[in-house]
Amino acid sequence: MAKSPEEEHPQKAFGWAAKDSSGLLSPFHFSRRETGDGDVTIKILYCGVCHSDLHNVKNEWGFTMYPVVPGHEIVGTVTKTGKNVKKFKVGEQVGVGVLVDSCKRCESCQQDLENYCPQMIFTYNSFSQDGTKTYGGYSDIVVVDEHYVLRFPENLPPDAGAPLLCAGITVYSPMKYYGMTEPGKHLGVAGLGGLGHVAVKIGKAFGLKVTVISTSPKKEDEAINRLGADSFLVSSDPAKMKAAINTMDYIIDTVSAVHPLAPLISLLKLNGKLITVGLPEKPLELPIFPLVLGRKLVGGSDVGGIKETQEMLDFCAKHGITADIELIKMGDINTAMERLAKSDVKYRFVIDVANSLSQ
Amino acid sequence: MAKSPEVEKPNKAFGWAARDSSGVLSPFNFSRRGCTLATGEKDVRFKVIYCGVCHSDLHMVKNDWGTSTYPLIPGHEIVGEVTEVGSKVQKFKVGDKVGVGGMVGACHSCDNCANNLENYCSKMILTYGAKYYDGTITYGGYSDTMVSDEHFVIHIPDNLPLDASAPLLCAGITVYSPLRFYGLDKPGMHVGVVGLGGLGHVAVKFAKAMEVKVTVISTSPNKKKETLEHLGADSFLVSKDQDQMQAAQGTLDGIIDTVSAQHPLLPLISLLKTQGKLVVVGAPEKPLELPVLPLLMGRKLLGGSCAGGMKETQEMIDFAAKHNITADIEIIPIDYVNTAMERLVKTDVRYRFVIDIGNTLKSSS
Repeated sequence: MAKSPEEEHPQKAFGWAAKDSSGLLSPFHFSRRETGDGDVTIKILYCGVCHSDLHNVKNEWGFTMYPVVPGHEIVGTVTKTGKNVKKFKVGEQVGVGVLVDSCKRCESCQQDLENYCPQMIFTYNSFSQDGTKTYGGYSDIVVVDEHYVLRFPENLPPDAGAPLLCAGITVYSPMKYYGMTEPGKHLGVAGLGGLGHVAVKIGKAFGLKVTVISTSPKKEDEAINRLGADSFLVSSDPAKMKAAINTMDYIIDTVSAVHPLAPLISLLKLNGKLITVGLPEKPLELPIFPLVLGRKLVGGSDVGGIKETQEMLDFCAKHGITADIELIKMGDINTAMERLAKSDVKYRFVIDVANSLSQ
Repeated sequence: MAKSPEVEKPNKAFGWAARDSSGVLSPFNFSRRGCTLATGEKDVRFKVIYCGVCHSDLHMVKNDWGTSTYPLIPGHEIVGEVTEVGSKVQKFKVGDKVGVGGMVGACHSCDNCANNLENYCSKMILTYGAKYYDGTITYGGYSDTMVSDEHFVIHIPDNLPLDASAPLLCAGITVYSPLRFYGLDKPGMHVGVVGLGGLGHVAVKFAKAMEVKVTVISTSPNKKKETLEHLGADSFLVSKDQDQMQAAQGTLDGIIDTVSAQHPLLPLISLLKTQGKLVVVGAPEKPLELPVLPLLMGRKLLGGSCAGGMKETQEMIDFAAKHNITADIEIIPIDYVNTAMERLVKTDVRYRFVIDIGNTLKSSS
């Protein structure tokens, strides 16, 4: 008979888990594997609340295995290292993002694209190689193969830097891959939430002109004065959208709700690129004519490999880029989730795990 | 008052035109500009010998896209022999074998024009059914003569048969350009071609010449033998066969999708490897459904492409000449053209009709 979450591993662990699709989180005792030869054990200090966590706790994608301990924007300190570990020492500040394992042999893994490995294992709600479930960062400790652990730059604040481990790499990776980093070019960022606000900052750091495209006119002041965007386009204003036709070289579309792509495609110049990183539940309507006539493309991207995630962290450290966060206690997570469902956060909740997770 | 088509220009011309959206073509007297006037000094005039029948011609004669004005002489896969050149023409002389494709004018001052992408110029002038610089309507290649600014004229190398190379001027460049632009031209790559018609069959030939492994994806199982034995494709997938499609998942570096009808994208996206590229060159009228998650999970992309610039069109023709690539055609006399259009609606042609203009288009006067 399968062991209980508390018994299946030797290291005791404690966190908050959702037990059913109400998505309500509550205290949860479980366990972590022994620190293997290639593993590091991490005491978790902070964990960002990603919108994917909300989708998962409510089983909106249909593959949640309860109980689920979410959290894949983890920053902490190393407390134990396995005997073969070379990259980290006890006491070092580290990060863990969206994946904790992969096959290490396939073409994707060989190309440092572990995130595209067909056997990639998510930080939570996946099965480890030993057949047990993975649990995420809304918890006190985590044990991870050193290959999937990131060195967290010293000059990045661990709380405001935590969201970079998912939100940051999610926008950084496609910007590099699709060649959206040429200084002077014009980037549109659709949606101003966790992903969008980081995209604005990273875009500016690449020397791009950045326009935020949003349905909410009241975000304009913040977008321009606080985040540093160059301009703001209200997508529900037909006249403004018409005036902006054919002005953008690239667009990062962070919007997860079902939304029309045609207006965004019309904003692109010839050879323009629309990259979707949000995850709408249903397929989107795609007009083909504008793509053909303008040689435009729509591409997807899904987080990034470990090497690139480290590169992104170092880039953000160099440019002083962090997320704008609201620090919360573990006990307030359910309220935070409710507010997140209404996009009522500027722009990421981060759980102060070390100071508020108590048994 | 605007002059009639017959007299608006100095040189008499004869062709077949559609008069209304029934799309039925019939004899039509009109006129072309000359090369001797100041405005014609960069023009090349040629006797049309063959003209390919592109599916766009069918859409245009029937006003499927709502942009047609009548009378309309279609034809933008035009080949012939130069009979006259303007005084400032440098690239062509009388007797040269030449061709004209989908466009005959552009602004020459925008970034696109400067980058040899005249096809994407916002002021690009289509070979037929468009307003030329002088305000008159352009007439296409279902006619006895053609006049074009030399910038938009292509040299046809001597070793290419004129009839079977005519379709390259539209079909050829339409598939060649994206194979290059999207990097699907590297030896050893594996590319899928969806739809086996005018565009598709030429795509197979170009890709094979680029040493790319080719899989044709089609709804018609009866095209398999021809595809493998005659066109040289490496394999054939019946898109309605779930098992075949499943087995082929994640095998293609890219796909050239030539299908204009509405069709599902998800099965095609699934055939792509990680970082694979689905390129659409057919133009369905209504939007298609784009499943976003599969795009994300494999970092895949869907991009469009439309014909090609003049420099690339010449490059494509020269490549075709080097590799002996021509279209598979059915030559028809001009008075068969309406029947050909009806057969084209049913895709009953292997794989392009080409009108034998030189031998069968004769003015009754």
